[in-house]
Amino acid sequence: MSIYRIGIDVGGTHTDAVILDQEYRVISETKTPTTQDVSSGIYQAMKQVIAKSGVPGESIKYAMLGTTHCTNAIVERKRLNHIAIIRIGAPATLAVKPMIGVPDDLKEVLGKHVYIIRGGHEFDGREIAKLDEEELYRIAHEVKGHVNSVAVTSVFSPVSRDHETRAADILKEVLGEAVPISLSCEIGSVGLLERENATILNAAVVNVAKATAEGFINALREEGIDAQVFFGQNDGTLMAVEYAMRYPILTIACGPTNSLRGASYLSGYSDALVIDVGGTTTDVGVLIQSFPRESSLAVDIGGARTNFRMPDLLSIGLGGGTIVRIQEDGTFTVGPDSVGYRLPEKGLIFGGDTLTTTDVVVALGKAELGDRSLVAHLDRELLEQIYARMVEMVEETIDKMKTSADPVPVILVGGGSILLPDQLKGASEVILPENFGVANAIGAAIAQVSGQIERVFALDELGREQTLELAKSMAIMEAVKAGADPKQVVIVDIEDVPLAYLPGNATRIRVKAAGELAQVDEGIKA
Amino acid sequence: MRLLGKQEIEDIAIGAALLGTGGGGDPYIGKLMALQAIEEFGPIRLLSVDEVPDDAVVVPSGMMGAPTVMVEKAPNGEEAIKAFKSLENFLGKEIFATMPIEAGGINSLLPLALAARLGLPVVDVDGMGRAFPELQMVTFYLDGISASPFVIADEKGNVTLLNTIDNHWAERIARNATIQKGGSVMMAIYPMVGKNLKDSGIHHILTLEEEIGRSIRLAKKNGLDPIAEVLKLTQGFELFRGKVIDVNRKTETGFARGTARLEGLLSYKGETLELRFQNEHLIAQTEERLLCVTPDLIAVLDAETGLPITTEGLRYGARCVVVGIPCDPKWRTPKGIETCGPGYFGYDVEFTPVEELVKKGVGVK
Repeated sequence: MSIYRIGIDVGGTHTDAVILDQEYRVISETKTPTTQDVSSGIYQAMKQVIAKSGVPGESIKYAMLGTTHCTNAIVERKRLNHIAIIRIGAPATLAVKPMIGVPDDLKEVLGKHVYIIRGGHEFDGREIAKLDEEELYRIAHEVKGHVNSVAVTSVFSPVSRDHETRAADILKEVLGEAVPISLSCEIGSVGLLERENATILNAAVVNVAKATAEGFINALREEGIDAQVFFGQNDGTLMAVEYAMRYPILTIACGPTNSLRGASYLSGYSDALVIDVGGTTTDVGVLIQSFPRESSLAVDIGGARTNFRMPDLLSIGLGGGTIVRIQEDGTFTVGPDSVGYRLPEKGLIFGGDTLTTTDVVVALGKAELGDRSLVAHLDRELLEQIYARMVEMVEETIDKMKTSADPVPVILVGGGSILLPDQLKGASEVILPENFGVANAIGAAIAQVSGQIERVFALDELGREQTLELAKSMAIMEAVKAGADPKQVVIVDIEDVPLAYLPGNATRIRVKAAGELAQVDEGIKA
Repeated sequence: MRLLGKQEIEDIAIGAALLGTGGGGDPYIGKLMALQAIEEFGPIRLLSVDEVPDDAVVVPSGMMGAPTVMVEKAPNGEEAIKAFKSLENFLGKEIFATMPIEAGGINSLLPLALAARLGLPVVDVDGMGRAFPELQMVTFYLDGISASPFVIADEKGNVTLLNTIDNHWAERIARNATIQKGGSVMMAIYPMVGKNLKDSGIHHILTLEEEIGRSIRLAKKNGLDPIAEVLKLTQGFELFRGKVIDVNRKTETGFARGTARLEGLLSYKGETLELRFQNEHLIAQTEERLLCVTPDLIAVLDAETGLPITTEGLRYGARCVVVGIPCDPKWRTPKGIETCGPGYFGYDVEFTPVEELVKKGVGVK
């Protein structure tokens, strides 16, 4: 019996789904509108794509979901866990309390049980103070019954995680296994407030992730599918459901990443620029060894400054539904607003009343869609100017994302990519792969499993080469732990940044390893 | 006297990042400390130098060590107070006010947090007019004022009073003690009287930072060019516009040294700018021309927003405008050039004021 996999990716406008066979060939694909509650849209897409494929439910063995549930919960400040925030670091850090700089409405929801206790480490691994275990026990008893998730952040836990893991043991002892504990060392890097914020947000969306996962698994069961379920992470790799419940924050921004990964797979390119044109925006990202380049800057999520890894993307307000306005004097503007998912009713070629970018390309004969006669009356010369402006917007973005003056391959994906020509400035070639419209769902379906470590190392101890080797083997171990096939794991990214004003050549090293999912052995599974 | 509230702090933080010339540490954590202190203790009084009596004791406050450590092991707020009290005790005189020792980066904001906590005023003056990496690189040193006696204190409560024979020893001993204390300490240093500030300080520096921050903020709002506004305020020059194409850095003897190369855009097309930095940007030059040299200021700004970019934040593809700003005339004396000119940092380049370099163009060897 053949084994199939289903991949679903939730975007701002559409929820896309695909079914792939063992060789990753696309058996069926579908696009449905993203719904307010997100989940019903997922189920809808899932049912459609299964029905279209004709594949029997029991032969679908893997299900991969890239969703926006967690992002939405944070942005809307809804359905969040009741959390306790524990920082280990006194007597240091008191001058900046947890959640300082975070918007008041978020602080109000999440900042009800905030503690700073003694402990934490120095940059070289010495203790600032002994961990105050007695106080931890007291806090654990105080919050018991009032919270259902805890965020723990210890000073310099990227150097030594001892106090965080000990704190987790104590909290579990008192609160029981059912209350999840989020540890900062597993979420962010050096930079206390940013890492703490990311950990707090993680603790806050545990329930949302849990409900999403359970809903998804049940919906699969109703279709007769008993599959291994994975969530897409924002680095383009997968995590098993159990892992996703512990680190739901890592699902944020997985959508654009899935598009990048899908583009890489569909085009066969490992190093390229990817342009994902949606209904409202165009996202440009960079593939390095088949993975998205990560941003090195602090990222705001729901107004909170965080520092966990995110894909490095540049978004511009140009999509298939972007509104074009022509003034009396012949000048015009492109966007940034869009009719979004209402393009099929609003666009001129569909009999609507709004001039959009899609109307422009259809009027110019660059794409076949809707009724071209409805835009025949428009001034062709002006349309050419508008089109040139649209292309220029994309070309400027390409140039900003490139790392050198050399032209690079450019891969177009997303439903709106019909807007763009087959030649672009700065591109060595422009590739529009098959199934470009659902590259994101394909990216989710084919995703690999990864492991990452990020620590501060003293290079003087082992030397640079040996330290890097050590870091690499740690990352590979993490990947295997997460479910990757040990025979196939490779290092996909290494970054080392020296820290100024410190002895011993203290250096922050980040290594990521990834590999194919270790295949389920059919014999055993059956 | 005027009061500094939250908006003023936000603006000062942006100006401080710009005068930090790429180094000086991200002012973000200092800004948060100042904001939390204002929330708890109320706004801060800012005095102009003229408002300080000639014999009143003023002690600058700031951090020493690695900004990277400070963003992870944030202070508890008491370190600076302990350092102050200890120095006050040793001097046997009451401290009248505090001030920043350097205008760039994180150290511009830390005295504000201390001032709010202690209810002391801050004086609108500093000893650099920018950021520099070492203790003796202050205009007070040029006039023979000693860093000693000074105190460094950590969050654990360790307070170390140093009385050194000169400012180089102060730098050396304090740097080592800082590592032992965990890589980041608060200091009370260069105790002075009002007369010293008037003669040797760089005046109105916090006000300048605030104006820089405000003009960038308002330019964004009003659709003006933030960079033109900054140049007007600082009497600076646009040196280059381009895109970062290469960054090469390594840590040597505690400094983040390196070079960055920018490929010219617009009217600079075809040219390549090289920036050489050691925590701060120290030299800007193209293949043919020297454009700006330390102690003059070199700031790299985001081409769109006008916001300053630190050397750590320099990355491939970033669109920037590089500006050169004349340093305070005190730095352009022989002793000033000897203290923090290109020769001190190991570059075989003569100092020439930026306004002359921009006009004539001096060939590169």
